[in-house]
Amino acid sequence: MRERLLAAFVKRGVFVAEQYVVELKHVTKKFPGVVAMRDMHIQIKPGEIHGLVGENGAGKSTLIKVLTGVHIPEEGEIYVEGKRHIFKNPVQAREAGIACVYQELNIVKMLSVVDNVFMGRKVTNKFGLLDYGYMHEETKKALAALGQTGIDTRMECGKLGVGQQQMVEIAKAITQNAKLIIMDEPTSSLGEQEVQQLMDTVRRLKDRGIAILFVSHKLEELFELCERVTVMRDGEHILTRDIADMNEDMLIEAMVGRTLDNQYPKIPTTRGEQVLKVEHLSQIGVIKDVSFEAYAGEILAFAGLVGAGRTETMRAIFGAEKPDSGKITVKGKEVEFRHPEEAIDSGMAFLTEDRKGQGLVLSESVKTNLVLANMKRYRKGPLLDHARINDVSQKNVSALRIKTPTIQEVVAQLSGGNQQKVVIGKWINSDADIYLFDEPTRGIDVGAKIEVYNVMNRLLKEGKCIIMVSSELPEVLGMADRVIVMRGGSVMADIPRESPHFNQNDIMKAAWGGEIE
Amino acid sequence: MTTATINKRKSNVGDFIMRIAPLTVLAILYILFSVMHPGRFMTMANQMNVLKQTAVNCLIGSGMLLALITAGIDLSVGYNAILATCTIGVLMQNFGITSAWILIPAAILVSVLAGFLNGTLLTRLDLPHPFVSTLGMKNVLWGVALLITSSRTIGFTNKGIDSTLWIGRATFDVNIFGFQLLRGFPVSFILVLVVYLIFHVFLNHTALGRQIYCVGGNPEAARLSGIRSKNVLTIVYSISGLMAGIAGVVLAGRLNTANTASAATYDTDAIAACIIGGASFRGGKGTIWGTLLGALLISTIRNGLNLFSAGNDIQYIVIGSVIILAVTIDVTRNKLEARARKLATV
Repeated sequence: MRERLLAAFVKRGVFVAEQYVVELKHVTKKFPGVVAMRDMHIQIKPGEIHGLVGENGAGKSTLIKVLTGVHIPEEGEIYVEGKRHIFKNPVQAREAGIACVYQELNIVKMLSVVDNVFMGRKVTNKFGLLDYGYMHEETKKALAALGQTGIDTRMECGKLGVGQQQMVEIAKAITQNAKLIIMDEPTSSLGEQEVQQLMDTVRRLKDRGIAILFVSHKLEELFELCERVTVMRDGEHILTRDIADMNEDMLIEAMVGRTLDNQYPKIPTTRGEQVLKVEHLSQIGVIKDVSFEAYAGEILAFAGLVGAGRTETMRAIFGAEKPDSGKITVKGKEVEFRHPEEAIDSGMAFLTEDRKGQGLVLSESVKTNLVLANMKRYRKGPLLDHARINDVSQKNVSALRIKTPTIQEVVAQLSGGNQQKVVIGKWINSDADIYLFDEPTRGIDVGAKIEVYNVMNRLLKEGKCIIMVSSELPEVLGMADRVIVMRGGSVMADIPRESPHFNQNDIMKAAWGGEIE
Repeated sequence: MTTATINKRKSNVGDFIMRIAPLTVLAILYILFSVMHPGRFMTMANQMNVLKQTAVNCLIGSGMLLALITAGIDLSVGYNAILATCTIGVLMQNFGITSAWILIPAAILVSVLAGFLNGTLLTRLDLPHPFVSTLGMKNVLWGVALLITSSRTIGFTNKGIDSTLWIGRATFDVNIFGFQLLRGFPVSFILVLVVYLIFHVFLNHTALGRQIYCVGGNPEAARLSGIRSKNVLTIVYSISGLMAGIAGVVLAGRLNTANTASAATYDTDAIAACIIGGASFRGGKGTIWGTLLGALLISTIRNGLNLFSAGNDIQYIVIGSVIILAVTIDVTRNKLEARARKLATV
C-alpha cells in the first residue's frame, strides 16, 4: 500500500518536480582564466516572485545567461520542473519554459506587435502561409492577461512607449508558455507610473502560476514585490531568504560584504553666491517657463517623473538644444550658448544620463576620454603634450579609483561604474564651476555610487555648484540641499532641505501634480 | 585577475594578427610573384614601377582614411583628382599658362573647394550620410571636367609645363660609394612618405587629429564635450579634397594627359587600401601606415597580374574580390571585438 502510494507520487512527480519550477545545483561557469560563477545554486518556486541582487560584476548576468542557454556552464545541473536539462542554445531554454525580458529590449521597432511576439516562431495554416488570424488572437489573449487591452496588435512597435514595448516582450514570453520569466532591471528605463503598471503585471503573472526572477538595483522595489530574495557576490551565492526577514541595510551588507556606514555621505554646506539664473526658459512642447537660481557650494536636485522635462532643461541651459525663449545668466553675465563649446568655456559641465550614447567615445582610450572636453588646453605649440595628458589621466585614475589596467585601455572594456567615473573625470578636468549631473548614479552599483557622492562632496568643498537630475528619491533626499520638482515641462515646487516639505511624500505629490500645503 | 584583463590579452593577440595580416599577405605575394616571374618581378625597374603606381592611390587614400575614421566616405575623390588634372590642362591649353606656380595651386584649389563643398553639404544640410553628398558630387565633378575640357583629351607632351609635371614624373638614383642602391626612385613616392609622416603627426599628436577619431567614434558625445563636430567634418572633407588635388597633379605627370575617362577605380582602390589597412566603415579606427600597406598590396597585385599579362578583366575580378575580402575581415574584426566586449562585461 505504502509503496503503491509512493509510486503514484513519484509518477506525478510530487517529490521533486512540483517543489521548484527551476533549480540550479552547483553550477560553475568559467571564462578563460577567470571563474565568473562558482558553485551557484538557486531554487525558484512556481508562482513566486524571486528577487536577485548583487553589485555590478557579482555574476547576475552570468546567471541569467546560464539560465537562458546563452552560456553553457562547465559544471552543475539545471532542473526545470524536476527534469534535468542541458541547454546548448537559447532556443532549448525557451522551449523548456524559461524566458527573459532584457534591460535592453529585443524589440524590432519597424515590425508590428504581433510580428514581434511571434518572432522566430512559425505558425502556419494549411496552405503553408503564416496564420495571422491565430497569431493576433494569441497576442491579444496574452496582452489581455497582462491587463494591456489598449495595445493594438497591428501597431508598429516603435510607436509604443518603452513601458508598452516591455509588455509586448512579456506577452511574447506568455505565448511561449514560459514557466519562469527573468526580468533584468525592468524598471530602469520606466517612469513612476509605468513602474506601478509593471508591478501590477508581475503580480498578475504570479497569479497565473508563472514564476518571476526579478533582477533590480532598486531595493525598495524588491521589498514591495518579492517574496524571497537571493544575493550574489563575486560570482557566488551569498544568501536566499524571505524578504520579510530582511531590511535594506542587511541586503546592502550582504551585497557588498561590508557594512556601509552611510549610503548618502551628506556633508554640511554653506550657500555661496548665485552662479546661475534661469528665467522663463521655454522650448515648445518640451519645457514651459522654467525659472530658478543655483548657488555655489550647494547641490540643487531636479526631481520629477521621467518625461517631466528635467533633462531637456539641462540640455537647453548647456546649449545642446536651442530654447525658444528665456534668459540665462551665468555668474552675473547674460549668455546665449549656440554650441556646448561656449557653455564649457563659460565654466559649465554636463554629465549626460546616457553615458554610452552621449558621454563616452567607447572606441577611444581612457586617457583620450578624460581630456575630451578640453583637449585644446593640452597643446604645446601645434602638437598635443602627451606627457602632460598622461600625467593628468594617471592622477584622475587614482583619484577617482577607476579600475583599468592602463590609461591606454579602450573605454568599452571597462565596467559601467568605471565608465561613469571616466565621464566624471572628464568634467572635473574641464575645471568647471557649474556641474549639471543628469542621473549621475544610474546603473552603477552601491559601492561606485558612494564614490560618486564623495566626488560631489569634494566639488562642493571647492565651492562648485552642482545641479543633479535624479529619478531616485532616496538619492535626492540624501544628497540635495534644495530640490526643484518638475512636471510636464514646468517647475512645480522649489523645496529647501530645511523645509518640512522636504520629504518623499510631498515631492512625489508635486511630481504628480498635487498641491503641497 | 578580472575577466576584462584576460579578454583584453586575448583580443590583443587577435588584434596583433589582424594588424600584421596585410604585411603577411604582402610578403607571401612577393615570394609568389618572385617565383612565378623570375627575373621580372624582383627587378629594380619593376619595383620602382610599383611605387610609381602606388603614389596616386596613397595620396587619395590618405584623404579617404580621414573620411572613413569619421564613419563617412568620400566617393568623389577619383573625379576630384581628374578635375585637378583637367584644370591644369585647360589653363595650359585655353589660357596659355605654363608656370607651375600658378598651375599647381590652381588645380589644388579647385579640389579643396570641391571637398569643402562636400563637407558643407553634409553638415549644413544635415544630409543623412556622406554617401549621398559625395556620390552626387562625384557626378557633378565628372560633368564639370567634361564641360571644361569639351570632352577632349589634352596631351601634355612638349607643352612647356614640364616643371608642373616634374613631381609626378621625375625619378632619382641613390649611389653610395659608387654602389647603386636605388635606380629610378620616383619623386612622387617621396612626396607620399612626406605626406604620410605629416598625417601620422596630425592624427596622433594634434587636438584636431584626435578629435577626428572622437567624432567618428561618437559624434554626440564629442559635440557635448565641446567639439564642433560639424567643423571637424568640414575640415576632413576639405583635406580629402586637398589630397585628391595633389594626386591630380601627380597624375598629370604620370599619365602625360588630362583624360576624363581614367578615374574608374580611384575611389574604390582608396577605400580598399584603407580597409585592408585596418580602417572600418563604422569609424573611429584606422592608421595612416596601415593605409600605406593596403595601397602597396593593391599595387603589387595589379603589377603581378600585369606581368602575367592578365588583362583588365582579370584585374577587376581579382581586385574586386580583394575588396570584398577586406570588408569581410573588417566585419569579422568588429564581431570579435563586440564579443570580447560582451565577455568583458559579464
